[in-house]
Amino acid sequence: MATLNVLVLVCLLYVAFLFAVAFGADRAARRGRGTWLRSPIIYTLSLSIYCTAWTFYGAVGFAARSGLEYVTIYLGPTLVMVGWWWTLRKMVRVGRSQRITSIADLISSRYGKSNTLAVFVTLLAVIGTTPYIALQLQSVTLSFATFAASDPTAAELPDQQSTALWVAFGLALFTILFGTRNLDANERHHGVVMAIALEAVVKLFALLAVGVFVVWGLAGGVSETLARIDASPIADWNMTGSRWIGLTMLSAAAFMCLPRMFQVMVVENENEDHLRTAAWAFPGYLMLMSLFVIPIAALGLQTLPEGANPDLFVLTLPLQEGRDGLAILSFIGGFSSATSMVIVAAIALSTMVSNHVVMPVWLWVTGGTAVVSGDVRNVALLARRMSIAGIVLLGYLYFRMSGGGTALAAIGLVSFAGLAQFLPALMGGLFWRAANRTGALAGLGVGFLVWLYCLFLPSFGPSAILPQDVFDNGLMGLNWLRPQALFGAQGMDPLVHAVMWSMLLNTAVFVFVSLVTFPQPVERLQGAQFVNVFEHSSGAATGWSGHLARSEDLMIMSQRIIGARQAQALFSGAAQRQGLAGYLPEPTPDFLQELERELSGSVGAATAHAMISQIVGGATVSVEDLMAVADETAQIMEYSSKLEAKTQEQERTARQLRAANEKLTQISVQKDAFLSQISHELRTPMTSIRAFSEILRDTGELRPAEQAKYVTIIHDETIRLTRLLDDLLDLSVLENGQVVLNVQTGRLGDLLDRAVSAAGGDDRAALQILRDRDDEDVMLTTDLDRLVQVFINVISNARKYCDAAQPVLTISLKREEGSLMIDFIDNGSGIPTNQHSVIFEKFSRIGEIKADGAGLGLAICREIMARIGGEITYLPGQSGAAFRVILPEAIASEAHAAPA
Amino acid sequence: MDKKVLLIEDEPNIIEAVSFILSRDGWNVKTHSNGHDALDAVRNRQPDLIILDVMLPGKSGFDILQEIRADSELTQTPVLMLTARGQEKDRDMAEKAGASRYMTKPFSNAEVLEVVRSMVGL
Amino acid sequence: MSAKPGPVFLERRTYRRRRTADAARLLPFLGVVLIGVPLLWGDESAEMAKTTRVMLYLFLVWVLLAGLSAIISRNLDKGEDDAPPGETPTRDDM
Repeated sequence: MATLNVLVLVCLLYVAFLFAVAFGADRAARRGRGTWLRSPIIYTLSLSIYCTAWTFYGAVGFAARSGLEYVTIYLGPTLVMVGWWWTLRKMVRVGRSQRITSIADLISSRYGKSNTLAVFVTLLAVIGTTPYIALQLQSVTLSFATFAASDPTAAELPDQQSTALWVAFGLALFTILFGTRNLDANERHHGVVMAIALEAVVKLFALLAVGVFVVWGLAGGVSETLARIDASPIADWNMTGSRWIGLTMLSAAAFMCLPRMFQVMVVENENEDHLRTAAWAFPGYLMLMSLFVIPIAALGLQTLPEGANPDLFVLTLPLQEGRDGLAILSFIGGFSSATSMVIVAAIALSTMVSNHVVMPVWLWVTGGTAVVSGDVRNVALLARRMSIAGIVLLGYLYFRMSGGGTALAAIGLVSFAGLAQFLPALMGGLFWRAANRTGALAGLGVGFLVWLYCLFLPSFGPSAILPQDVFDNGLMGLNWLRPQALFGAQGMDPLVHAVMWSMLLNTAVFVFVSLVTFPQPVERLQGAQFVNVFEHSSGAATGWSGHLARSEDLMIMSQRIIGARQAQALFSGAAQRQGLAGYLPEPTPDFLQELERELSGSVGAATAHAMISQIVGGATVSVEDLMAVADETAQIMEYSSKLEAKTQEQERTARQLRAANEKLTQISVQKDAFLSQISHELRTPMTSIRAFSEILRDTGELRPAEQAKYVTIIHDETIRLTRLLDDLLDLSVLENGQVVLNVQTGRLGDLLDRAVSAAGGDDRAALQILRDRDDEDVMLTTDLDRLVQVFINVISNARKYCDAAQPVLTISLKREEGSLMIDFIDNGSGIPTNQHSVIFEKFSRIGEIKADGAGLGLAICREIMARIGGEITYLPGQSGAAFRVILPEAIASEAHAAPA
Repeated sequence: MDKKVLLIEDEPNIIEAVSFILSRDGWNVKTHSNGHDALDAVRNRQPDLIILDVMLPGKSGFDILQEIRADSELTQTPVLMLTARGQEKDRDMAEKAGASRYMTKPFSNAEVLEVVRSMVGL
Repeated sequence: MSAKPGPVFLERRTYRRRRTADAARLLPFLGVVLIGVPLLWGDESAEMAKTTRVMLYLFLVWVLLAGLSAIISRNLDKGEDDAPPGETPTRDDM
């Protein structure tokens, strides 16, 4: 007899295994290993979240009630998949090129980045998905209870509510752990995808195992099985055409519109080419999932006692035959189906809720100031985590309220029909340029209302929400408003009736309103980009004109949203492409567009757009842009955009020339100052030396103590002179490239220790230095003395110039594309932007403050870094003055093999 | 002789050397070592002679000299400028700002004594 | 013929590629037709309207669709990679 304890134990082990798989995959992906994580097979398997517990248990129940009808649910997606060249290819391409985070984001982005639309879609998605999540929780508790009931050793039935609560809690935890590790939705959730791919294999294997057992174990072979089916209550094929076609179309539509399908199909897509494999492999998967459904249903109907729940045949058949192992496997299969659906649905919905509801509200509340000063990243992550918990909780509450009574299959189809309402707006957006926001909103609204009135509310049964009177005589006694016979369409299947009217009215209103209203300029631009995505995936149209944008503000904001490392890489990459050194590119329209797309991967298109416009001062859609969209004659479009590009190009060139000129002037002033500086630095110690040596020579009666003191001064001043000359020579040698490097190997931590103690010579300012010694376990092979010289310089600069009340210098390490970056960031007021370009020049002292040293330090540092093949740069937009020392891969290696 | 001299200079060693030379010669030497409040120091001390370095922390010697000359009580106080930058234009700037005398570092002790004496008419 | 073998070859390949894309576009419609066929086996002949028969037929169609999809998708793959340079883009991709 199956003991409940074994089941619980197996279940817990399985969950632990899933956590381990997700963790391992995440780790491998972060380390850049595991290319197999990105294989098309994993992609195909992740699509299998289409098959939820509704498939695993419900398909058999469906078949037991209405025969072959269940296959329509799998034939629809099969048709979409084999027709991927039409729609999925375009959806994935648009999703990738526009950095789309969810289906709400796609629709909002297409219709002018409208947040109203996004909120509406999000709301619809939550309403449509919540019952479905409840359904999954119900299936787990139901199957668990079935097991418990069959186990005589179990003292009492476990409380169903508490089982559901535990499952919900565990799922929320898993999703938060692995679903919100990264903010950027386009940073794919490797851990989650890997776990659901594994669950896909498990559920397929479990269902096939039960099927094989039924066909060869129970029935005794294929021909016997066919005979048993012929003798069963579902032997006859009497399908009504409307339901057969209607359900197939409905499941095809839902396959493209379900938020969770969009998540795995588009958002988590690594490579467009994966569709080529999924195009045949996923239909294959669906076919295998459906293969044994009819035999199981037929055998279940014949062998199990009257009144047994057909939705649980997959579990009760093996249990009844005493196959406990198989039953446990089947339970795990159902568990897998339910959990993977809830996890992905929660990720997809939480992205939508946080991007389109929480973030805009937060931005509005903080009045936009938070864009530059607040911690956007943490708020977004928190919002996403809260949303996940909220969505799973909502599913749980729905489960408790509904009492888990309705047949599994019914809820699934109602949910499908609700979400399919996205289809007209989605397809119109991808294929029809005239489709506009007003039309999409109107169509969605009408479709949603019809669905609510004709299907969702009646699904609770007569008199539950809608009074019986409304069913019989229509709303307010209007006969043509009967929810299951709208406009007099009597005698139809209620589901087909609701799907037909909702989709028909949705599409009609969408098309009609789109035709009679005018789209906004941004909508027309986005429309062109979406519909013609294959012509200009590289992105041609642009809405940004960034003359007033301030790159540093943009960088500060981006760091808060996508993280410092990624923002710096993005900005320096863009600067490099523009031929500029450092981290601040020109805010060209191209760059702003790239930035917006990058940010929208984290917070959604509408929010990213709003954030950038807060800094740049509003997107401008020029007359030229409008002509480009409105006028189909490409000539005008090209001419005007070229003209605009030229003007902007000239303006930029002029600005760059001005900057270069400014720098030259500054350098010339410095050259001039160089001589007088040299003179000053040499003459000052000489003055003391001359004065005191004359005193010693001319004054007869000096006390010995005085004599000693004056001689010491002379000595110190000669040393100071020598040091200055050394520095000058050093710099001259470095600049002429005559330096010979003394290459050694040493640990970075030790070098920093040396530098800190050498730079800490005087204790007049108690500079606190924060370091992460574990990180510093890196072996370096280069001229170590020279490198230490650079560190000393940077640290003693912080000592001298950091003006915070409690000066703190943070030394941190980052690795990027093989290079090692050592950041020295203090908490002072930093260096003004106009000084960034000269601080590495000779004798430049920040702000004319006089401190010891001749102002050669950073100039020497720059030369040293150039000689050893690295780089030292000033990092703008940090908490204080920030210097970054960059060492190439060849110099830095991990310290694992280091001698103890 | 009890003439008061105010030395405004930031290099401690030079302060020490000049103070030593002048004190031995009978001067009452006061010192001040930054630019910000140099003018206040001048007003408080009411010196007979000011020795002013050009490169001071906080404010340049030329600016301080201008402020001194702008003060009606101090227009006649002799000022000796010291500079470590030996360029011609610095001398011009010093004269324009109203320096009485101008010396380039390094100087000989005897020369300093001679110049300051002549400036107060000794 | 043998004087200009090059262009003939390239053209043929481009032609193949376009027709493969056509096949990819037509495949779902073939699927719809094949899936609709059992509806025609209504009450007239009780022999045909058995669940077992329809089931076998549907699974055969399913395997056929997946197989065709595999062949077409694979050829599309090859076709795009080998696209001759300089060929003017067509509106085929719309």
